[in-house]
Amino acid sequence: MSSTLSSPLSPVVSLSNVHKSFGALKVLDGVSFDVGVGEVAAIIGQSGSGKSTALRCINALETIQQGTIQVCGHAIHDPALDRRALRRDVGIVFQSYNLFPHLTVEQNIMLAPTCVKALSKGEARDLAREVLSHVGLEAKADQYPEQLSGGQQQRVAIARSLAMRPKLMLFDEVTSALDPQLTGEVLKVMETLAREGMTMILVTHEMAFARKVASKVVYMHQGRVWETGTGAMLDDPQTPELRAFIGNGL
Amino acid sequence: MSYQFDFAALLPYWPEFAMGMWLTLQLSAVATVLGFVVGTLCAIGRADGPPAVKWAVAAYVEIIRNTPLLVQIFLVYFGIATLGVHVSANMAAVAALVVNVGAYTSEIVRAGLESVHKAQLEAADCLGLSRAQTYWHVILRPAVERVYPALTSQYVLLMLASSITSQISAEELTAVANRVQSDTFRSFETYIVVGLLYLLLSFVVRVAFWLFGMGVFARRRKLGTAL
Repeated sequence: MSSTLSSPLSPVVSLSNVHKSFGALKVLDGVSFDVGVGEVAAIIGQSGSGKSTALRCINALETIQQGTIQVCGHAIHDPALDRRALRRDVGIVFQSYNLFPHLTVEQNIMLAPTCVKALSKGEARDLAREVLSHVGLEAKADQYPEQLSGGQQQRVAIARSLAMRPKLMLFDEVTSALDPQLTGEVLKVMETLAREGMTMILVTHEMAFARKVASKVVYMHQGRVWETGTGAMLDDPQTPELRAFIGNGL
Repeated sequence: MSYQFDFAALLPYWPEFAMGMWLTLQLSAVATVLGFVVGTLCAIGRADGPPAVKWAVAAYVEIIRNTPLLVQIFLVYFGIATLGVHVSANMAAVAALVVNVGAYTSEIVRAGLESVHKAQLEAADCLGLSRAQTYWHVILRPAVERVYPALTSQYVLLMLASSITSQISAEELTAVANRVQSDTFRSFETYIVVGLLYLLLSFVVRVAFWLFGMGVFARRRKLGTAL
């Protein structure tokens, strides 16, 4: 096990000795890592290693039993956490897109800005056009999710999150349901976001993408951070577990 | 068998039949709207409310589903009178129909609520929507759209069942028929006519529901597919 890498900038996300169990099943067993402003952190690991759970804990979708999590100045572990304030700072994109099927692409994007930030319909529509052009889908504004390919739906989901102007974006295996070509178009959008300086944490199985785009790679194994480093770590694994994982993954 | 049909004897009563139909439609429309509101609130209460609310809704639904409508109507009618409140037979009829259809509606809407995937709620939560906003924008619309055919059938049934309110002398279509047949002694003809008029009303109600659905469910209007 390697030591945790300290980030040069003040951390946007900081996990410290986080423990989480589902009943008798220990999923996170003392997880600690930091993510700084503008960093792209890729969490990798086998299924069941706890990486998705770690991401969900960061967004307060799971409660933890022990340890502390700080996200954009919010104490996630604090029972008095103001969830709605947290939601203004953090966006998340899911593996299954979770677009609202009865709303058009544009309405999907406009919903939260009008409900949460009290934007007018006109302002929200302008915003929707802007984020849609960001993901290259302005032509699809009036379509319904089911009319789009999986890759397009996932780009809409990214645009929907971007419309809330988050300081941090979380991506939970967002390309796992897509074929290689559609995966490519989603990764391209994420790469653009990374270049623009968005702070991002992604749980992914795309090793090539992690190596290329991530400024920090966190390898999780059996509920622990087993190895952390830069993308180059994937070319020179220090532990037999990571070596075996990469051997299978690439 | 040599029965001589005489529909002409009913002709002078057409304004009364028309008034009866109109009242039937009014009773049904008011009971439909209020019953939908009551039923939806009950469904939400049962799905998401505190234990006492869940228990109360469950008891309400089981009592209504397992007792005759006629008994419910008498209970409401005489119950209100016993409380010392004076209401018209029509008002009592609407109240009874709302109580009845609210219970059935809550079961139908509950099925719709359960059809909305948990991931949808998580997405709404992560976008910062409040519970109420999530219910309004993310849960209820697709839920109601999915069970809309079942709701339509239930409210057509409500319109037909409103004939029972003639028993507390609400002046709807069946009450008119009862009076006309005792005036003319043309019972068979009267109920043939009334049966046809109910068929017509059912058609009107179904068309109204179809039009309303097309207006409200934009995705369905555009794509023509079920959600």
